Amino acid sequence: MNSGAAAAQRPLIEIENLKKVYRMGGVDVPALRGIGMQAAAGEFLAVLGPSGSGKSTLFHIIGGLTPPTSGKVAIDGRSLGLMSDAERTELRKTTVGFVFQKFNLLPTLSAAENIEIARHIAGNPAASGERLKEVLDILGVAHRLQHKPYALSGGEQQRIAIARAIVNEPRILLADEPTGNLDSQNSLAVLDTLKNLNRTLGQTVLMITHNAEAAEYCADRILQMRDGRIV
Amino acid sequence: MINRLALRNLFHRPVRTGLTVLAVAVEVAMILMMVGVSEGLLRESQRRTRGVGADILIRPQIGGASITGADISEKLPEVLMERFPEIDSAMGSTVFMPGDLQTITGIDWPALEDMSGGVVIFEGRPYDSAYECVIDEVYARQKQLGVGGKTTLMNHEFEVSGIVETGKMSRIFIPLETMRELQGWQGKFSQIYVKLADTEQIRGTIDRLRELLPNLSVVSVEDFLALAATNVRQMSDQFVNVIISIAVVIGFIVVLLAMYTAILERTREIGILKALGASKAYIVGVVMRETAAVCLLGVLLGYGLSFLGREAVAARFPLVPVILLPEWMAWAAFLAVVGSAVGALYPAWKAAAADPVEALAYE
Repeated sequence: MNSGAAAAQRPLIEIENLKKVYRMGGVDVPALRGIGMQAAAGEFLAVLGPSGSGKSTLFHIIGGLTPPTSGKVAIDGRSLGLMSDAERTELRKTTVGFVFQKFNLLPTLSAAENIEIARHIAGNPAASGERLKEVLDILGVAHRLQHKPYALSGGEQQRIAIARAIVNEPRILLADEPTGNLDSQNSLAVLDTLKNLNRTLGQTVLMITHNAEAAEYCADRILQMRDGRIV
Repeated sequence: MINRLALRNLFHRPVRTGLTVLAVAVEVAMILMMVGVSEGLLRESQRRTRGVGADILIRPQIGGASITGADISEKLPEVLMERFPEIDSAMGSTVFMPGDLQTITGIDWPALEDMSGGVVIFEGRPYDSAYECVIDEVYARQKQLGVGGKTTLMNHEFEVSGIVETGKMSRIFIPLETMRELQGWQGKFSQIYVKLADTEQIRGTIDRLRELLPNLSVVSVEDFLALAATNVRQMSDQFVNVIISIAVVIGFIVVLLAMYTAILERTREIGILKALGASKAYIVGVVMRETAAVCLLGVLLGYGLSFLGREAVAARFPLVPVILLPEWMAWAAFLAVVGSAVGALYPAWKAAAADPVEALAYE
């Protein structure tokens, strides 16, 4: 088997016996207690669990925001455990896009600039081209690009955040409670958006949520988490 | 894009940005005004000494440039004219320094006019009685004196007989004999000005004058001015350096606090940038660009304040000339940039080192 064929068969995300322990006030607090999972390229995977189950910690580790304590985490064959801080920064720049519960748009920039700065950080030229146009059409926010975040509704802000997350065409889109701050109508719009991106553009999506209905609505596969383990 | 982000961040908090710009501007203006006053006073003094038109100065053997008292015989100019044919003219003056840094000069007016090539009289005439004085236009403006006005010099009332151009020897002139009488300096001069027919002979004449007058200091006017400048700068530099240090420290502290506050306030935004893949250098770049913009505006405003300050001082205190030196404008800008950059380093490092997870959780 050649390396190209091996890569094609290899899962995009591979996690084995992943542990994360936070040290708080001199006490070790385990957040993840030996997680194992895989996700294939183009898959829409939902991780479902209550608050404190460790889903956000898993999100942060897969996104390269924080290193694991032990275990294996590999994205596209590259082990995160062996990465330096600079290499994890590079991973966030090129391979992973984030969507947060609180949208996390930069308040001083317009919607277009929020998308553009992601391109700039990644060292890409200003956002343009067919794919961006296609993405903005899917998101339905092309007419709101010149507005600052405070002038946008929650749903619009989240769709701009999604546009920002995928503008550099990352292998994985990580969404942490993307509908947590939205009403039901906007939640549905955002879930439809994520689903569309997955179905239309083949975007791999890993969504973390405590909302079973949201997970069932759009995910190909659902993993349940409780007390730092997948159950 | 990064420049746009830095500017948007600055405009997001206009009051804080404005105050920081103002602090840098005050730093620059303080430096320029301090140096400007120091240099202005020195150069004005040099201009007046050169304005006499003499080539050689004969003075008592004293360490500094300032003089008060009279120990040189009034016969010396006459003797010098007889023994040194290359001397075109020799003139003595008496000098009294009352304590407000403005020297009063006792001088034979026709001798001054002769040596200096004429003194332009704007108003009135030279003195022709014992308790009349001549003042220059700057002193007249400062003291709001006109011809016929009264002023107290050496505890005696003098009437202003004339107002002359500035830049010739002194700002206040009184008759030579009057000062001698008031100070008990009969038959004495404080210093002698010598003008040669041929300036090529200055060095040779000085050597021979030194042989003749071993107890007096004989120097060329240019050497005297250089010595005076050195002495004045030695005295003023320490003070000026203290003020410059204070100004730089103020700029440093204000920039540090402003940027530190900005970084704290924008902790979540830094987390967002990190989540987008911004490197430490990128974050430092944003902070340093903001600082550079503040600094640039501060320096420009500081220049503006300095020019305004110079005009205000000229209007209110004409005796205090302020010279804004181009080299010091560059130096003040450099100090402001360095002070601000150092002040921004810690906030920039703190921002760059922020943990992205903690930063994103910041409320």
